[in-house]
Amino acid sequence: MPLSMVRPGQRAKIRKIKGGRGLVGKLANMGLYPGVEIEVIANRPGPLILNTGGVRLGLGYGMANRILVSPIS
Amino acid sequence: MKDNVEAKSVKIALAGNPNSGKTTVFNNLTGGRQHVGNWPGVTVEKKEGTYTHNSHEVTVVDLPGIYSLTAYSLDERIARDFLIREKPDAVVVVIDASNLERNHYLVTQLLELGAKVILDLNMMDMVRSRGVEIDTGKLSAVLDIPVIETVAFRGEGMEELKEAIAKAKAERGDSLKIDYDHDIEGEIEKLQNAVALPGYPSRWVAVKLLEGDAEVLKMVEDTGIAPLVLEAQTRLERHLGYDLETALVERRYAFLSGLVRESTKKRLDLMERLDLSDRIDRVLVNRFLGIPIFLAMMWLVFQLVFTLGAPLAEGIDLLMGWLGEGVSSGIGAVGGPRWLSSLLSDGIIGGVGSVLVFLPNIMLLFLAIAILEASGYMARAAFVMDRLMHALGLHGKSFIPMLLGFGCNIPGIMATRTLESEKDRILTILVNPLMSCSARLPIYVLFAGAFFPRNQGLVIFSLYLMGIILAVVVARIFKGIFFKGEVAPLIMELPPYRLPTIKGVLVHMWERSSLFLRKAGTIIFLGVVLIWFLASLPFGVEYASQESVIGRLGSVFAPLLKPAGFGFWQAGVALSFGILAKEVVVGTLGTLYGVEEAGLTGVIQAQFTALSAYAFMVMALVYIPCIAAIATIKRETNWKWTALAVGYSLVLGWGLAVLIYQIGAFIITLT
Repeated sequence: MPLSMVRPGQRAKIRKIKGGRGLVGKLANMGLYPGVEIEVIANRPGPLILNTGGVRLGLGYGMANRILVSPIS
Repeated sequence: MKDNVEAKSVKIALAGNPNSGKTTVFNNLTGGRQHVGNWPGVTVEKKEGTYTHNSHEVTVVDLPGIYSLTAYSLDERIARDFLIREKPDAVVVVIDASNLERNHYLVTQLLELGAKVILDLNMMDMVRSRGVEIDTGKLSAVLDIPVIETVAFRGEGMEELKEAIAKAKAERGDSLKIDYDHDIEGEIEKLQNAVALPGYPSRWVAVKLLEGDAEVLKMVEDTGIAPLVLEAQTRLERHLGYDLETALVERRYAFLSGLVRESTKKRLDLMERLDLSDRIDRVLVNRFLGIPIFLAMMWLVFQLVFTLGAPLAEGIDLLMGWLGEGVSSGIGAVGGPRWLSSLLSDGIIGGVGSVLVFLPNIMLLFLAIAILEASGYMARAAFVMDRLMHALGLHGKSFIPMLLGFGCNIPGIMATRTLESEKDRILTILVNPLMSCSARLPIYVLFAGAFFPRNQGLVIFSLYLMGIILAVVVARIFKGIFFKGEVAPLIMELPPYRLPTIKGVLVHMWERSSLFLRKAGTIIFLGVVLIWFLASLPFGVEYASQESVIGRLGSVFAPLLKPAGFGFWQAGVALSFGILAKEVVVGTLGTLYGVEEAGLTGVIQAQFTALSAYAFMVMALVYIPCIAAIATIKRETNWKWTALAVGYSLVLGWGLAVLIYQIGAFIITLT
């Protein structure tokens, strides 16, 4: 499912990043890559904020739709 | 003797992610011995500092805050080019040790590039308080680099860091080899043999080519290697079953997580308590509360700047008046020539003084911006504004350059470097001058104070708001004409909210305010002297009368300004000189009328009406960016965009001033 669907408080593992050349690398620079675990802090209403290893990243809505994740219960 | 000195001079670069505490480390190392590159005329904005340690003369170059050495943004490219071309003796990488994996990514990239890295594990206090142990010895052994633990804001570990830097020159630097697995390694080797770029490690070039790094691809264009690279990429992607970029990223992170696992005792757990910062965020960036809170913050900033600034400004004004009188009566007493007394008191003290009066306002504005930045709110503001900015055809990240533009458009324009997309960047630059910079503030304060004393704050706020609305409209139009297509998606780190330190905030405020002071000392000073001469020549004319050179000059422009309600020569002269720097508008009026700010109010009240004063303020807001801003736009873009920036603003500014005056006058005749 797309990251944009994950509810606040839920954890998920990144599966795939849909995007042109460059986007994968750019997200990797910020610490988002396939296999990494994240936790959604805030989402809808408002921008998506997630936690990866203690760092908070804010993502615009368009970006959050391109990241596919599988939730961890 | 000379050799000896050279052997002990060390040049290092300071690299690190934004929010890693890099600036604090820089300040700790160099203390007061810093040099901030002046904006105009310098090709790359960079901070340099020096210090001496055990007879080693160390120069520290502060690189922009970056996450990697790819070439996604100008900041990254600047850092990369510096490291490759200047080959510093060592690169100190400051990382936030509480997230080793992510922050090590930059370190591995530097090592792959073959830089001599000294790793500064900063914020160790946070790591320790979370009960994590980092085995720096192991980290150092695996990466084969010195590793220093620091807590920069308390100054801990600085001596050790200096010691490591002093030794760095003697160390050899090996590039780190990350094992990218059999298939990829094979292609790397082939490419390594096929192409060489002087000055670059060949393995690095090969990896970057496989990654599809646009910059490196361009550098090897002539070698005709492009088809070979494409072949290798397709071959690998078929083998791997997914895209190569992801594969390379995964390998790097696999290496990193192995490294982190081995060198830390308790792995940082992902599940942390929802901390205070997160709870604040849920309120501050909330869809419904975000924008109202943001507007309230801005209102607060304006209140701080104007309410607190006014009495301070009056103090400076009194001082200047007293100084001017003192100088002219002093010269009179010793029998000095009248022209000298006029030059000093009418020209210099009157002109520069009327600008210096606004120093308190400007310092307070920069203080407010520094607090917003240091507290972490500024990054959130980008998200709060993201939706809105998108609707306007701009990027969420455009927001920060725009906000900085309220201080000064030059740092605002330079801050667009963090935007990855060229289209978004140029668009943001083009509309940035519409953000009313602090240099225009003196004009508003003067005119609004003279004509709208009851509603001064409201009138000034309306001008700032008008600037924003115009920026939106202009951006929409330009986007439609020049930059069709999608806005690049937004992702940004949100630093935890922090109480700003007094020292940090004051340093930032001073860095920016001193730019203004320097301008007052140079451009504005020269401007007012020039104006004084033009106003005094030819010999024998009454000072600053219409018969003077400047009076005649202004008379040429005056008819053009007539439809806007201020068709007298002083306004024409002031606006022309305002292109030097917007503050000069007030300075020029001061010089032309031979009075300081207090007297100026009376003079302009006689010449302007409330309506024409408002039209004049709008004109001053929009027409032509100042020389320094024009130069910066040119440096960040090209002549074509610079000409557009100058042209559209002049037409728009004049058109609006005329429109406001004519409509206003029409309404007045009705009532």
